[in-house]
Amino acid sequence: MSQTAVADAPVEGAAPPLPSLKQPRLPRWAPFVLALVSAALGSGIGVVAGLDSRIQWGLIAAVLYLGITAVLAGSVEGTRQAKDRLATSAIWVCFLLAVVPLASLLWETAARGVKVLDGYFLTHSMSGVITMEPGGGIYHALIGTLEQVGLATLIAAPIGLLTAIYLVEYGRGRLAKAVTFFVDVMTGIPSIVAGLFILSFWIIILGFGYSGFAGAMALAILMMPIVVRSTEEMLKLVPNELREASLALGVPKWKTILKVVLPTAVGGITTGIMLAVARIAGESAPILLLVFGSAEINNNPFEGAQSSLPYYIYEQWALGNEPSYDRAWAAALVLIAFVMILNLVARGIARWKAPKH
Amino acid sequence: MAIETPSATAGPTGPPASPASAKGATRKGDRIFLGLSRGSGITLLVIMAAIAVFLTWRAALAISADEASFLTSFEWDANATPPRFGIAVLAFGTVVSSIIAMVLAVPVAVGIALFISHYAPRKLATPLGYVIDLLAAVPSIVYGLWGALFLVPHLTGLYTWLDEYLGWTHIFRYEGGAARSLFTVGILLAIMILPIVTNVSREVFRQSPKMQEEAALALGATRWEVIRMSVLPFGRSGVISASMLGLGRALGETMAVATVLSPSFLIKASLLQPGGGTFAQNIAAGFKEAGGMGRDALIASGLVLFVITLLVNGAARLIIARRKEYSGANA
Repeated sequence: MSQTAVADAPVEGAAPPLPSLKQPRLPRWAPFVLALVSAALGSGIGVVAGLDSRIQWGLIAAVLYLGITAVLAGSVEGTRQAKDRLATSAIWVCFLLAVVPLASLLWETAARGVKVLDGYFLTHSMSGVITMEPGGGIYHALIGTLEQVGLATLIAAPIGLLTAIYLVEYGRGRLAKAVTFFVDVMTGIPSIVAGLFILSFWIIILGFGYSGFAGAMALAILMMPIVVRSTEEMLKLVPNELREASLALGVPKWKTILKVVLPTAVGGITTGIMLAVARIAGESAPILLLVFGSAEINNNPFEGAQSSLPYYIYEQWALGNEPSYDRAWAAALVLIAFVMILNLVARGIARWKAPKH
Repeated sequence: MAIETPSATAGPTGPPASPASAKGATRKGDRIFLGLSRGSGITLLVIMAAIAVFLTWRAALAISADEASFLTSFEWDANATPPRFGIAVLAFGTVVSSIIAMVLAVPVAVGIALFISHYAPRKLATPLGYVIDLLAAVPSIVYGLWGALFLVPHLTGLYTWLDEYLGWTHIFRYEGGAARSLFTVGILLAIMILPIVTNVSREVFRQSPKMQEEAALALGATRWEVIRMSVLPFGRSGVISASMLGLGRALGETMAVATVLSPSFLIKASLLQPGGGTFAQNIAAGFKEAGGMGRDALIASGLVLFVITLLVNGAARLIIARRKEYSGANA
């Protein structure tokens, strides 16, 4: 330490006064001002050129911002800093580009959805409603969604849970590898293909009619891999010491799993199942193929056509008149609210019940 | 509720009555439990096999009755006698709209992922991650409704502009009318797959080696140089597999395409003109009018879609698996 100091001292003294090592930098507020300037310029150009699409105004402003930043930083700070600034700006622009449509989606749904959304809308079906006129509601669709999703969960949750237990607690060898691989493959099945499978198997070959249950089977196929994946992750988080302690006390393995492993992971497993429910509640393609849609209330999911919320939205959109669009937006708002609440509650449970190490 | 199932079945074995029978009883309980869980795993395999078998069976019936070439024909008269149908238009539409979606979505998604993992202030990054998670959960039919009633009317201006400057390429020729074209479908699909591609990429970028980044910063690299030299090379395979997962979603998307596209059985040179179709959209649109042969023909097109998504997803998983081994060897 002291040696280097001694060695350094004369060199420093001998050296001529260096020019400042600090390169000139743009002030910290430069990006904000540039963003404002380019936004103003973009709208100005938009107005002058008579472009009617706001999307174009935004795109012009974004390009201007990137250009001005690059040129200014290049002239003041040098090429390397200019590249850095350009990259930073590009990433901010990416972020804004993505936020705009997503925010617009939520905003439009909320704004147009509240128009007809009220108690009447939630408690009445479309039975006897003339579609060109306002009125009617989503009660039959709510019943359908709840029954189909409930049945799908009853089928998929036990199978998914037990498969995950098999993979984590017992799974060795070729069968486990095959199951793991095909669970991955199953995650990627398009919902319409799951619908076509049940159609060919249940309706065309076995000759059953359209029913909520047929839709539920297709939804269950989509749900199973999600449940397996999330449950597997949760079971892997359970510390091995717990299992060993239980086994060492002479508890049989199946009781260890039921009384020690599952209760430890129950929060995460519930979260996984709820997220899977949220995912399938929004599926409309299998419903279109298998449940067929109906304007009447049908409480029996095993017999006859039903409706469901996502299918109801599609059906109302396809009618193509203003009152139907209003109903479609309101149903979309209900569906989004349902899915978001499920998501938030699921994440809340995950946080609250997270296994502590 | 699901937890009850095994215990109810295993219940009769009950607690062992005496030490002598204890071993037998526990073994029986274990056997039943193992049988149940292994049975569930096998059920999954059987379902996958059944999907392949039943779809292939119905598809084979349809294709053998097809009077036109299934792969190259441009028509879809599956309900006529004799039936004539081919998937050329559907394959073209599916591939083109998915490619447009990928080209638009992947760079933006990588940008957002970098924004969340490396650029955003921490206070902004965490809620942003939640928002992206929630957006991934928005049902596709809602995207479809928004696309058809909000996005389509707002795109005519952009399309007129594109036509004015790029119309000479024929790809961007636009002759007015509602913007219910393959390009619009591509834009909507891009918005839909953005959250999933972002989520997976963000996870990968977050795991990038901190030491390397700090070393590069200490040597005087700018933040962009750090990302280009350390984060992006590390995350490349992750981004590729994230994109493929997104591609799998885009290929199989049904309702959003069915609401936005105005379909026809023609391949047009211009992407901005209405027309074309995708596998999933054609199934949803044609199902209600389809008779017995019509349904089998739709199932045949569904089988093609199934095979394509299997290949894409399989490739994505393979890349992820290879990366796992690679990073494991490095650790």
